[in-house]
Amino acid sequence: MEFLTAVFVTPFIEIYESPFYFLELVLVGLSTGVLYSLVALGFVLIFKASGMFNFAQGAMVLFAALTLVGLMEHGVPLWAALLLSIAVMVVLAFVVERCMLRYLVNQEGLILFMATIGLNFILEGTGQLMWGSDVKRLEVGIPDRPFDILGGKVLLNTFDVTAALIGALLVISLAVFFQKTPMGRALRAVADDHQAALSVGIPLKTIWIAVWTIAGIVALVAGIVWGAKSGVQFSLSLIALKALPVLILGGFTSVPGAIVGGLIIGVGEKVAEGFWGPAFGGAIENWFAYMLALAFLVFRPQGLFGEKIIERV
Amino acid sequence: MFYREAGQFKTTYQGDQAVFPILQDKIAVFAVIILAYSVPLFANEYWLQAIFIQFLVFALMAIGLNLLMGYAGQVSLGTGAFAAVGAYACYKLTTNIEGMNVIVAILLSGGCAAAVGIVFGLPSLRIKGFYLAVATLAAQFFILWLFNKVGWFYNDNPSGTITAPPREVFGVLVTGPSASPEARYIVCLTALIIGAWVATNLVRGRIGRSWMAIRDMDIAAEIIGIRPLQTKLLAFAISSFYCGVAGALMIFCWLGSAETEAFDLANVSFRVLFMIIIGGLGSIGGSILGAAFIILVPIFLTNFPPMVGIEISTALQKHFEEIIFGVMIVAFLIIEPEGFARLWQILREKLRKWPFPY
Repeated sequence: MEFLTAVFVTPFIEIYESPFYFLELVLVGLSTGVLYSLVALGFVLIFKASGMFNFAQGAMVLFAALTLVGLMEHGVPLWAALLLSIAVMVVLAFVVERCMLRYLVNQEGLILFMATIGLNFILEGTGQLMWGSDVKRLEVGIPDRPFDILGGKVLLNTFDVTAALIGALLVISLAVFFQKTPMGRALRAVADDHQAALSVGIPLKTIWIAVWTIAGIVALVAGIVWGAKSGVQFSLSLIALKALPVLILGGFTSVPGAIVGGLIIGVGEKVAEGFWGPAFGGAIENWFAYMLALAFLVFRPQGLFGEKIIERV
Repeated sequence: MFYREAGQFKTTYQGDQAVFPILQDKIAVFAVIILAYSVPLFANEYWLQAIFIQFLVFALMAIGLNLLMGYAGQVSLGTGAFAAVGAYACYKLTTNIEGMNVIVAILLSGGCAAAVGIVFGLPSLRIKGFYLAVATLAAQFFILWLFNKVGWFYNDNPSGTITAPPREVFGVLVTGPSASPEARYIVCLTALIIGAWVATNLVRGRIGRSWMAIRDMDIAAEIIGIRPLQTKLLAFAISSFYCGVAGALMIFCWLGSAETEAFDLANVSFRVLFMIIIGGLGSIGGSILGAAFIILVPIFLTNFPPMVGIEISTALQKHFEEIIFGVMIVAFLIIEPEGFARLWQILREKLRKWPFPY
């Protein structure tokens, strides 16, 4: 009974009594949500283009961020380090295509998934082998100071706002790329059916390199933002696990889904931890997102924005 | 020359439907079983503890997951959670009920895991494929959090770990740290053999066939009269039962004591998934071979550089190991995506004609 009250009554009273705290949590949640979206975006891109559930996206974030930080530690200026990191991600895309994807055409999704877990190991190992495994600070010059809105009742952070803007920019450009350019159209065709796309003359290999490059750049952006926030370290690759509920919530195939899903998960997580956390004894962030996503899935099996699954016998 | 079925006539249906219809197979399997039981005679404690017992526990888990994924086609990443349920249930049963037979406790804890498996299998009626895989991650994170958070599960002991109490079967100490590795090995081996035998027969019968129908196309299966609710949930229940028993054995016969960390995603769920992919989906023997491969490779990678006289720092070695393991996984998937089971099949075909080319 006490527990039920703590779950169903107290949090709502608290929300009613301290609306500004609630608002603050929502805003913090939104800014974390943008970061989740950034990671989820990488997943969606690759899933759309190669039907591959790329578990290595988290490792790519770590790898990209480590490369950037490692280069900067050796005295390379920021802009050059950025360009070089992008170049490294392009090379990575080439290598992945040349050594892996090429031989796995038309394999089952599960096999592809396992292959990316293998890639995950390789990237984590290589990144740390090259640049060491201690926590590194990343300074990219995003201002980080708190400011008030609504007359001092809600505290915000310039960093979070900047991160949100970067995320929004990235998403808009990706959306345009997918919907309006010939390359984007080709990508969507490949996503539908490898063989059919090949038969109408879409160069599969080029497409794959392109999409892995884009996913690599998205990973780099995510790595920069996350890394600047909490330091570049091994745990960065674990945010892949945070992005998974975002994915199933938004749908594997939908760019807007990744964004909206990320925001919902971010807000839900923070608000739940703030108001419902005490009832469960805290630290519910780890599984809350999954449960939320699961609840959504029961009603919409293809996620919020996923393409409707049509089954034929 | 030696391996062919020519001349082995079956005069009864029973003989025709035997698990190993070919005499040579039967002999080989019995030989392997006898060999397995005689391992404690010549293996030392390190080998038994670090390799053999671990392998047996994981092989049992791999069979469980293979029933669910390879036969019923339901992707699950919650293996670690179900194993944890088994382990914690067994711990609670043996420590709180006086005079509980440990065999009964292990079986009951398998039952607990099966119940939890059914609950987390419910979404499988609505969602499929990767969506289901991610949904089962909910089980993984939620259950481990629960076991960490609620003191009742680990009897409120301050360290938060569960430790296997010493228990005897037929007057021989089989569980806990003070039990001899030989006894623990025999218990795990027996569990694996019974598990594999039951699973083999399960998948040949009505249940296994209905699982395969669901896997191949669930709508079509529904049309020919297979009830998806019961079939899918049964698959989850039986698979979780295997995982639960393996989890209980993991604590009671292998680790001795553990925290929830021993059951997390990377330590159990992904590893077991690798085992069945590398072993071959939809193959009991493949699960066992896959488990052996995944257990042995890291041990080999750890021991190989010192053996040939290369001295490298531990951190460096860990990263190298990761890279090599990753490369091996990818290479294996490229070379033989259907796993050891397929390799074995090819070998058998070759063997039948040997020494002639065709």
